[in-house]
Amino acid sequence: MKDKSKIYWNPYFGGVMLGLLLLATFYITGRGLGASGATKSAVVAITDKVAPEFAQKSAYYSKFLSDDNHPLNQWLVFEVIGIFAGALLSGALSGRLKFKTEHSPKITSGRRLLFAALGGIAFGIGSQFGRGCTSGAALSGMATLALGGFIAMLAIFGSAYAFAYFFRKNWI
Amino acid sequence: MGPLIPLDIIDSSWNNVFAILIGILFGFILESSGFSSSRKLAGVFYGYDFTVLKVFFTAAITAAIGINYFHFLGWIDISLIYVNPAYVLPTIVGGIIMGLGFIMGGYCPGTSFCGAAIGKIDAIVFSVAMGVGIFLFAQFYPLFENFYNSTYLGNITVNEALGIPVSLFMIVLIVVALAAFYVADMVQKKVKKVDY
Repeated sequence: MKDKSKIYWNPYFGGVMLGLLLLATFYITGRGLGASGATKSAVVAITDKVAPEFAQKSAYYSKFLSDDNHPLNQWLVFEVIGIFAGALLSGALSGRLKFKTEHSPKITSGRRLLFAALGGIAFGIGSQFGRGCTSGAALSGMATLALGGFIAMLAIFGSAYAFAYFFRKNWI
Repeated sequence: MGPLIPLDIIDSSWNNVFAILIGILFGFILESSGFSSSRKLAGVFYGYDFTVLKVFFTAAITAAIGINYFHFLGWIDISLIYVNPAYVLPTIVGGIIMGLGFIMGGYCPGTSFCGAAIGKIDAIVFSVAMGVGIFLFAQFYPLFENFYNSTYLGNITVNEALGIPVSLFMIVLIVVALAAFYVADMVQKKVKKVDY
């Protein structure tokens, strides 16, 4: 018998569900889903707390700071809190809650974590140049047929395919 | 008539409440589809698991068809729907860096939050490192501020840019997606299975 924790939704069913959620999000709020924007808000808030003068002078942070709104009072911050809760619920229902480092048996967990850190840093930098990540720029952009969304999607996936060869030992 | 909050049919004070509810569903759907596993996500780049391709394209097309039908039926004021601005070169460069991050890290931001939520330590590391990346970007922002704001084409759609009807572009998109799903299944049959 197959391990219950390895059984996932049919991908087309998951896709339709995600598409309907995205449609409902546009219908209610006029905008799509996102993820990296919440991390940006967190970085802005932490920097503003630790070094307020520096943050207010910074050409980048100052774009997201205003006197009448806390930097964390953002739609995407609340949405990402929801993502954590929803994923936790789904993982709990399927018996997938477990602290572990997931990696190919051919590499050590230390190597996996090193590359997770490098990948996270790169994604953080790239998402600022791209004004959003796979959710906010690519997926939500494609739903509105935005040119920027399609460019983001092609660049992200094209680049990952192009670099896949060099990192194959980490995965296969 | 939608969108409900921009048109003040629902008061904007509800916006963050919807954000949490929408986020819960978003996280639930992603996790249930397997997006909390980096090895499943990476499968799309090595041909052993095309879940990402199928979920992602099906979702984008479902939402795109829905938005256009809502517009056609007069249920939505499409001029109030946010179309991402096109900054061509910064988006290409950003996308290339994100693709590199995806293949090294095995996650993208939304999926790393899902992985972190169920206890994947690699996903927690990725999520935190993303903040470091954003911090680095902000530190060096003055150096590439001009580039960041370059090649701006406005909030345009692909069909507007190409000067074709939206219906034609939608049909092309659906045909391309169906072809991609078909090819993906053929590739997956030929690629050696990876157990994870």
